[in-house]
Amino acid sequence: MTASGQPQTAARGARRQVGAARAGLAILRKDLRAELRAREAVPAMALFSVTAFVLFHFGLDRARLEGDVAAGVLWVTILLATVLAVNRLFVAEREQGGMEAMLLAPIDRTAIVLAKAAALFVFLAALEVLAVPAFGLLLLGGDLIGALPELAALLAVADLGLAAVGALVGALAAETRAREVIGPLILLPLVVPLAIAGVNATEPLFAPAGGPAELGRWLGLMGLYASVFMLMSVAVFDFLLED
Amino acid sequence: MYARALKPLALATAAVSALAFTMIFFWAPLDADQGFIQKIFYLHVPMAIVALLGFLAAGVMAALHLRTRDRRWDIRSYVAVHLSIILAVGVLVTGSIWAKASWGHWWVWSEPVLVSFLITFLLYAVYQPLRFSIDDPGRQARYASVFAIAGAAFTVLNFVAVRMAEAYTHPRVFSQTGGNMPPRMFVTFLVSLAAMALVFATLWTLELASKSASERVRRARRRREREADRAELASTARAGQPPATAPTVSASS
Repeated sequence: MTASGQPQTAARGARRQVGAARAGLAILRKDLRAELRAREAVPAMALFSVTAFVLFHFGLDRARLEGDVAAGVLWVTILLATVLAVNRLFVAEREQGGMEAMLLAPIDRTAIVLAKAAALFVFLAALEVLAVPAFGLLLLGGDLIGALPELAALLAVADLGLAAVGALVGALAAETRAREVIGPLILLPLVVPLAIAGVNATEPLFAPAGGPAELGRWLGLMGLYASVFMLMSVAVFDFLLED
Repeated sequence: MYARALKPLALATAAVSALAFTMIFFWAPLDADQGFIQKIFYLHVPMAIVALLGFLAAGVMAALHLRTRDRRWDIRSYVAVHLSIILAVGVLVTGSIWAKASWGHWWVWSEPVLVSFLITFLLYAVYQPLRFSIDDPGRQARYASVFAIAGAAFTVLNFVAVRMAEAYTHPRVFSQTGGNMPPRMFVTFLVSLAAMALVFATLWTLELASKSASERVRRARRRREREADRAELASTARAGQPPATAPTVSASS
């Protein structure tokens, strides 16, 4: 009895896990398809970034940026553009009843937060593919091609952290009355550590003379940030959904 | 349940605060470099430590709320956040005054604790707007708890990040004085810290006592209204008049 019961529960557990992964992938596919058809997030973020570069050009009154200023402009622009995607992340679900459908479906709710974080990660990666070359073209005085491998690694790890924190903040703000205001106000202080790490690590890459790169240290900080917020989002997300 | 603890706490706070002030002004030695202004240290640093622990405690209480589903933990967490925000404002103001006196600027970016505090304060400043823009009370409590947990984890991460950004460029004042502080200064600091912790505990208990009292008053009033309604209904039924006829009679007369 018990001997036959054990493999059965194990099989059921395995089936549930596959279900969660499949459900997550389905939600992610749905989000990406909606983005491909409606083109709501990424084009807006890219346009925002290019406009921000123009603003920075006039605001700083410089034709070419180098070193710490260049790193600061690039990272601040990307972090601010993230706000746009985070604001949209759960709004469509709330407005069009997608959330109710997902909650009614017999799936693990962890799948929802992981899928939303993955969608945000893809949006951010797509934004950076557009915004970083634009930045190199418009503002950067240093060598972008040489800095690209390190910059790509930094942006990838930062995107993990942004995806985790963005999914959490998006879900938190989606239920409030003034979500367009509350969301950015929560998100911006939360991303300060990523700005610190990103700017400090990118600064020597954009400096004309080059400098002592402490890539490992800042990647470590970003990785710590990403893992803390990813674990926390998964742990607390259930409480944001129950009704 | 909170009101009983309030009196001994308040007495202890008054006693320890008086002792701390006496020690600060009459017993602790004057700082050789900074002179009298250094005494703000006994206010600024305990405030910072207590505010920080308050934010962390609020996170723990919020986790307890989500785990036990006991609404009281949410109220405790809320009050702790609320008081810590007030202390954080105090930290920023006293830090700013100290910076002006010893470095000549109202704000310095080279003091990592102060900068971390600004960022933490900016985050927690959104706690109340978030909380009060959610109408459903159960959801409000859950969302505020999630915020408090995320905020507590972030506070720690943020201190690490800001410290890393400044680590090699600027020596810190506190670690210099903390290492070889004269014993009299250190004892005074510890007493000030205890006083600030007691002030926090007293205010926390006071606000919780007031919240639970007003909650009980509200519940009693609702019960009394219900009883009054029932009594009225019973009396009209006994008089043989259906209650619906009463307004028509008075309107026609």
